[in-house]
Amino acid sequence: MRLSRPAFVLIVLSLLALVSIACFMTLGAKGNWSFVISFRGKKLASLLLVAYAVAVSTVLFQTVTNNRILTPSIMGFDALYVLIKTGVVFFLGVGALTSIDSQMQFGLEVLVMVAFSGLLFRWLFLGEERSLHLLVLVGIVFGILFRSLSQFMQRMLDPGAFNVLQDTFFASFATTDPTLLAISAIIVGLVTIVALRMLHSFDVLSLGRAHAINLGVDYRRTVVIILILVSILVAVSTALVGPITFFGLLVATLAHSLIGNSRHHYVLPAAVLLAVVCLVGGQTLLERVFEFDTALSIIIEFLGGIVFIALVLRRAAR
Amino acid sequence: MRWLGLAIVVTIVLAIISLFVGVSDVSLGALLSSSPEDRPMQVLLISRIPRTLAIILSGASMAIAGLVMQMVVRNRFVEPSTAGTTESASLGFLVITLLAPGWPLMGKMLVSALFALAGTALFLRILRSVPLRDVLLVPLVGIMLGGIIGAVTAFIAYRYGLMASLLAWSMGDFSGILRGRYELLWIGLACCILAYIAADRFTVAGMGKDFTTNLGLNYQRVMVLGLIIVSLVSAVVLVSVGSIPFLGLIVPNLVSLMVGDNMRRTVPWVALGGAGFVLACDIIGRIVRYPYEIPISVVVGVIGSMIFLFLLLRTRRYAA
Repeated sequence: MRLSRPAFVLIVLSLLALVSIACFMTLGAKGNWSFVISFRGKKLASLLLVAYAVAVSTVLFQTVTNNRILTPSIMGFDALYVLIKTGVVFFLGVGALTSIDSQMQFGLEVLVMVAFSGLLFRWLFLGEERSLHLLVLVGIVFGILFRSLSQFMQRMLDPGAFNVLQDTFFASFATTDPTLLAISAIIVGLVTIVALRMLHSFDVLSLGRAHAINLGVDYRRTVVIILILVSILVAVSTALVGPITFFGLLVATLAHSLIGNSRHHYVLPAAVLLAVVCLVGGQTLLERVFEFDTALSIIIEFLGGIVFIALVLRRAAR
Repeated sequence: MRWLGLAIVVTIVLAIISLFVGVSDVSLGALLSSSPEDRPMQVLLISRIPRTLAIILSGASMAIAGLVMQMVVRNRFVEPSTAGTTESASLGFLVITLLAPGWPLMGKMLVSALFALAGTALFLRILRSVPLRDVLLVPLVGIMLGGIIGAVTAFIAYRYGLMASLLAWSMGDFSGILRGRYELLWIGLACCILAYIAADRFTVAGMGKDFTTNLGLNYQRVMVLGLIIVSLVSAVVLVSVGSIPFLGLIVPNLVSLMVGDNMRRTVPWVALGGAGFVLACDIIGRIVRYPYEIPISVVVGVIGSMIFLFLLLRTRRYAA
């Protein structure tokens, strides 16, 4: 029996992902194994979580907006998260960051973010029909505005508060705190359960708004739920490693073109596996083979930018 | 003409305010009662006057650079920071700083201008392969190209442990301006004058290649002149102040809403508008968190992106 193309792709990607995880854990390890496993295990866990969150959020966002160029980060989603977090410290004081416990705090931030982005995206997507290029440009400028506003508020903070805040943004892969990891994992798990139960309506949604409504999907409700899921995932990945602009675009584009159709129960796992291969494999390659330290996000930014220009030009040529 | 006079007065008032805002006490009384060797006079001569001059020069020349670029590319939403020019200039500056740290600033600036020229040429090359010239597609491609070049710059800086200093000098900030550290900006003024002299040619070139050739002008030469002005200004401002986003975009657009598109008429307005806008932003940045200050690029980033959003969403409603 011949394997279908999506199944073949998924099997190859799983093998690649396993290989990169194995390489990441073992290559160049010297000394005590229990230390190596716990040290690298934490790093691996955060890489996996981020890969998962970014891949799923991008694919879902592209489904909702019904195009293959937009991603949450191009629309300024993760800059918005940073802005909200800075705003909390700016208006409530640094005490708010340390006195409220981290689950509550995270919940609050996600709530504010969902509310705010909900308003923004309702206005951008559900109102009059706007051209895609306008949306992307507006998204990019919103991102710049959010970043400048956060910088502005950060400059007004006293240096101590600024340091505490800074730490919460760039808990880089190496220093991720285990409780934050655990909380993030639980949240991502809950999101996954909700998403799995809606898996079929995703495929219908990707046919476009008119078809989806015709086929009996409660369009508004489904879109709102998906936007909430996306905000939560973006918040998780931003909280873990800070903003990565183009990673999601890179992974989602590759997944769609490898699978060859847009059915979500193939595309979603393919995107996640690709994200794992890129992040874990890329990190291993950079650290062990090229001995470059952690400049991975810069390389992803470079490649993602090129993919983006190619996509935009190909659309324009049509 | 009367309005232009009013604009000049407003700019001069802003410049005078800018001279007297600051931590060190420089008031008119203190200046008059002290001898030239005393502290207030020295602060004024070494720090305040150079700073105000730097603001005026860079504001005016960046706005003019944006105007010229919009004429050359024939797109309202283009300026050095949305076309990869600024990023290329900063890549050039980084590369030459690594290769030849001992070079004088002038030489480094020229290399940086060459990189800016190459980057802008690359941008135009990419645009030529886009058959459908969507108004919004052009800045989009430019911003992404800037992102890619920026990633290359960050990668090199990262390799040589220069991330922090890259961030420090590429962020627009007038607080480091002293006598002896801003004089390169006069080149920007020279570029503005050049743009004014060639204004009619740019106006014609803005109407398209065929039209320009019909009128007996060498289109290619006008384009090259425009690109040289833009690259020189970007490099000069980047090397002395850092990058100031959106400036070249906002000012010419607002001016063209009010005065129209004849460049001979708009150049003085754009220059004054640029100088006045940066003066105002710099004063805000110095007052909001007195006695500390907020870098100009942050203030312009907030105000500029809001105005840009307004322009984007407004244009569409009328154009579509």
